[in-house]
Amino acid sequence: MNNRILRTIWPAVPIALAIASTTLLLVPFDVSITGTYSALWNGSFGSPESTFATLAFCIPILLCATGLLMTFTAGLWNIGVEGQMIMGAIGATWVALKLTAALPGMPHWVFLPLEIVIAMIAGALWAALAAVLKTRGGVHEIFGGVALNNLAIIATNYMISGPWQPSEGGTFRGTAPFPSYALYPLLGNTRFSPLAAALALIALVLVALALSGTFWGLKLKALGKNMRSSFLMGISSEREAIIAMMLCGALAGLAGSVRVASWFDSLRQSISGSIGFLAILIVLLASLRPVLTLVISLVFSALLTGGTQVQLLTQLHSSLSGIIQGMLVLFALLFGDYEKVMNLFRKDKAGQIVTGAEGEA
Amino acid sequence: MNINDTQFVNILASIIAQSAPLMLAVTGETITERAGVINLSLDGTMLFGAMTGFVVAYTFGNTLTAGGIEGDFLPVMAGLGAAALVGMLVALLIAWGSIALKQDQVAIGFVLTLLLADFANFLGQNFTRLPGPRVKYMPIPLLSDIPVIGPVLFGHDLLIYFAFLVVAATWLWLYKTQPGLRMRGVGERPESAFVRGIKVNRVRYLYTAIGGALVGLGGAAYSLDIKLGWSDNHILGIGWIALAIVIFGGWRPIRATLGTILYGITKALAQVLQQSFPEVPVVLFNSLQWLLMLGVLLLVGSEGIQRLILFAPRWAQRPLANALRVAPPEALGSAFLED
Repeated sequence: MNNRILRTIWPAVPIALAIASTTLLLVPFDVSITGTYSALWNGSFGSPESTFATLAFCIPILLCATGLLMTFTAGLWNIGVEGQMIMGAIGATWVALKLTAALPGMPHWVFLPLEIVIAMIAGALWAALAAVLKTRGGVHEIFGGVALNNLAIIATNYMISGPWQPSEGGTFRGTAPFPSYALYPLLGNTRFSPLAAALALIALVLVALALSGTFWGLKLKALGKNMRSSFLMGISSEREAIIAMMLCGALAGLAGSVRVASWFDSLRQSISGSIGFLAILIVLLASLRPVLTLVISLVFSALLTGGTQVQLLTQLHSSLSGIIQGMLVLFALLFGDYEKVMNLFRKDKAGQIVTGAEGEA
Repeated sequence: MNINDTQFVNILASIIAQSAPLMLAVTGETITERAGVINLSLDGTMLFGAMTGFVVAYTFGNTLTAGGIEGDFLPVMAGLGAAALVGMLVALLIAWGSIALKQDQVAIGFVLTLLLADFANFLGQNFTRLPGPRVKYMPIPLLSDIPVIGPVLFGHDLLIYFAFLVVAATWLWLYKTQPGLRMRGVGERPESAFVRGIKVNRVRYLYTAIGGALVGLGGAAYSLDIKLGWSDNHILGIGWIALAIVIFGGWRPIRATLGTILYGITKALAQVLQQSFPEVPVVLFNSLQWLLMLGVLLLVGSEGIQRLILFAPRWAQRPLANALRVAPPEALGSAFLED
């Protein structure tokens, strides 16, 4: 009886632990705890403006997380999602700045779709590189991803400080702003783009359906469970792995175009804002469930958007939001499974029985 | 002019010094993985170790100075000790999550990578860009006067000598002692080790803790010795390099150490090239280390490259193949159930 209640409220345990430890962390810093949390709320959902900011910030996060649903299902650690997003941003910037200048006669409406397509291709190709490094080169996708992420960041810095430096007194911060027709149409005065949001939601639904209801989804699951047995089933593990990575890369590239052409209006330094890493945390926390992925993406976006408000109020370091998120995922990974935690207390007895039996034998 | 004062010797000496923190971390991770556990959190742990080492040494140093005790030795030792301790605790957390709670150690390690970087930046926010205590320069008498070799190998500080000692001790322990043999058995074939009466999980906790302590120490070796002080994301990225070197090293301590020196040489070379070709944008030189990382992982990972050995002269084929082939401990990353 008691156990059943405990089991029902168990998912709240990691949340409580994360909030408790973050609160403890604030104590030595001489800031108002309640003030911090209320600033977090006000900055994320407290007003219509902040709510739209939260929603807008959530779009690229959700796109990356949706892509990762596929790669994680296939058992791949696509840490390179960050770099795939950056390459998407660079691709979109190329269209918005260079192609618009090179093709002045074209009707303006073609450029945004073109940006989206090029961004998706750029992201997919960057992901394919990581995938081929793994399948052909024997480089684990975690290491390939880390190296490709850093190379993508370096490419951004190079483009910003070199070829794409704005003509009037270049700063090291970003390119010239895109022409207005190369930006996502935004809702009123906000940074929220209904088009981008619709694309993200469609992607999530399609991926969820594909993973749960198609043979392809089944193949990815087989791949994720065990490379060898899926090989015996006749599934080309290499082909499926590359496809999953490229689809994820395409969505990450789309996220990159959203970053440059709706959240900002140009390519900036650290354009990714670590959103790719955040998406990995989200998918881990959601244990690959699409609806939960959507919910957690919103919560994490709120934590980051609200975190800016906290920073203004308390002058605390901006890493605070990341700490809350990381704690949540860490505690969920460690203690999320009720059975496994309970086993911790049972284990001693089982261990004694085993040693006892051994002693007799 | 004394040859020991030339720029060339200075560069060689700095390559050795720069490699020392990496050597500590790489040796630590090699020990951990040889016992069968992956501590993926290196990038976060090293950053956290660097922050802890500096903040503890700085604060403790100020307290001592206020009490009338001068000198950097005690604060630096306190900082290094604290960094080793936090590295050990992080590693134990990963081992516990994987062994006792039976959760995915790669996932836990990855989350800790991000979380510890945030923690380090948050907790160190009031200690950025401050001058603080540092490890004292201590050339070895007589030996450091030898031409070239003297300053390159013996003109450093205790922490750098210690890094070499750790590598040597690890090699001896792994290959020349009974406990080392048992530990390798736990990483390769835990079932057989268990049947022989070895407490597999206890051994894994032990070596994960030792390895983690060395990783934390490696982080503090930056903030107290090689890249002094603390700033946001002070040494971000170096942990991933260390993890890649463990693979390149084929999970062998000496070879991994050569990898850290190779990395040091690349960095020095990039600096020299940068000075020689000022027209090439600086950012491009930053990409060298990541290209190198991909290159060496391809070298030891790709079957295609290893097939190229067949084009080498016959007498060279076997040594080349032996040099390129690396194999991870067979039970690396998989939890062992004792029941």
